[in-house]
Amino acid sequence: MANPAGVIYNQMVVDQLSEDTVDRLFQALSDATRRDIVRRVSSEPFSVSGLAALYAMSFAAVQKHVAVLERASLVTKEKRGREQMVNANRDGLQRARQLLDEYEAIWRQRAVRIADILAEDNEQLGDALP
Amino acid sequence: MTVTNSTKTPEDLQLAITAEFAAGVDRVWQVWEDPRQLERWWGPPTWPATFEDYDFQPGGKAAYYMTGPDGSKPRGWWQFTSISAPTALVVEDGFADDNGDPMTEMGSASMSVSLEDRSGLTLMTITTTFENEAQMEQMLAMGMEEGMREAMGQIDSILAG
Repeated sequence: MANPAGVIYNQMVVDQLSEDTVDRLFQALSDATRRDIVRRVSSEPFSVSGLAALYAMSFAAVQKHVAVLERASLVTKEKRGREQMVNANRDGLQRARQLLDEYEAIWRQRAVRIADILAEDNEQLGDALP
Repeated sequence: MTVTNSTKTPEDLQLAITAEFAAGVDRVWQVWEDPRQLERWWGPPTWPATFEDYDFQPGGKAAYYMTGPDGSKPRGWWQFTSISAPTALVVEDGFADDNGDPMTEMGSASMSVSLEDRSGLTLMTITTTFENEAQMEQMLAMGMEEGMREAMGQIDSILAG
């Protein structure tokens, strides 16, 4: 099947990241509630019930979101007494940052190419001068 | 250095990057407005872009393809959400199938461009927000390819020159 996506995936060069890892990571971050959970636990640990109190959804639904984030290595869970505490996983967030780093590199290249195009104006202007 | 600042917000899949150019706002605007200039910088040397349709007005669409080192031609679409010449534009960027129809399951990325005059120089800020993992992976794939090192070499030679 002619699928450009497949072709491109094969040519991917994303340092040390397997496709599965990347899939899990971005799937996890594609949901607004899950992004909000990551932001909150980045500043301090929350219990699952503490998180559940913040959203208009059931405890079970929040637990599911936390599980998705845990599989993507964005948060970790630890038992504290009867509570499950949710912490940010710095390494997981670091991976998302790595991907943005690579996208930044693309834009740095684009900026250089734009500067090249703009520089041609000056060359032409220079040619026109006596 | 052309790029003066970048801000990454991993939890929002967002990147803001600011570059300074030694040209006026009207001139820098042309690298977006004119598809012939745009295709000279959008793709890296190993993934050149060709814009076939380019309806540069609010609500207008663009169709393009990139040509990979192996001859593959993945297609993309743009839709201009808003255009305020010569200082701001917002465009949605997504992948298209072989017929040029948007591959909706791939999602799209939103790019917000602003140009500011700084005493005759232009500060250009691009804020890209990705919608999902596949979209970002593909964009990375097409920019990062083996051409990366090549391009870095080009940057070095420009800086040295």
